[in-house]
Amino acid sequence: MSSPKLDPVESRALPSQVVKADEPILVAAAQNGDISAFETLVGRYERKIFRLTQNITQNREDAEDAMQEAFLKAFEHLREFQGNSRFYTWLVRIAVNQALMKLRKRRPNVVSLDEEVDTGEDMMPREVEDWGPSPEQRYEQTELSGILSNVIGELDPPFRVVFQLRDIEELSTEETAEALGLSVPAVKSRLLRARLKLRQKLNQYFRQGANS
Amino acid sequence: MNCKAIISELADYLDEALDPILRASIEEHLGKCKDCRIVVDTTKRTIEIFCNSEPAPLPLTIRQRLHEALAKRLRRVRA
Repeated sequence: MSSPKLDPVESRALPSQVVKADEPILVAAAQNGDISAFETLVGRYERKIFRLTQNITQNREDAEDAMQEAFLKAFEHLREFQGNSRFYTWLVRIAVNQALMKLRKRRPNVVSLDEEVDTGEDMMPREVEDWGPSPEQRYEQTELSGILSNVIGELDPPFRVVFQLRDIEELSTEETAEALGLSVPAVKSRLLRARLKLRQKLNQYFRQGANS
Repeated sequence: MNCKAIISELADYLDEALDPILRASIEEHLGKCKDCRIVVDTTKRTIEIFCNSEPAPLPLTIRQRLHEALAKRLRRVRA
């Protein structure tokens, strides 16, 4: 992975499509009133859901409230979960809605996620530098988490939310579009911009010699 | 295929959502253009770094408040 030579992109199953073996059993038990089964599901996903609400709201208090409300809402509506998607994907949709409500409340002037975003911007990358092998390993885990959290927080919400769902939670493009009420082309367009912007932001940390 | 066209197809290329002819055309360009190779490689790594990052542990106080809120709701259900 050290050379700039491009390896073919490996095909991979999206984790949103990979169900932990016991998840359907836990969900079915929780739907039948087994509270400890629901608590197990909460324990399994609380860290990821908090990261999601934190990345979307960029506010710790809102992120905590959105996470709590998401789990409570999931519990209340558990019987409505049909098992057509992975439980986690269903939970992510609930958490995204809660986080977006917080974001809109705190920042009413924020660009609506539904609006067309500017497409006139030149997307051609200007900083083209190799990162060398495993650039992320030059940083301690907590330092890396901080860097990732900061750079994603610098994205405008329409880009941040799409990237969060598509590339961090690994929902499919169609699932992301459905969760956000966007068209598939809109998701693709925002995703491309988000990826390029994040690449550019990470370049300052990961280009060769950046941390030496 | 020029550099600008590579960038506009980048997301679909990385997601393997392109038809084979367009994909081959992109790979032909990448074989000749070092800058595009670096952009494609570093964008792919950007996705991988985010995707592979472990979420930080939930702060203890936040975790406690979550489980208290859940317990309160669950008690109400049981009652």
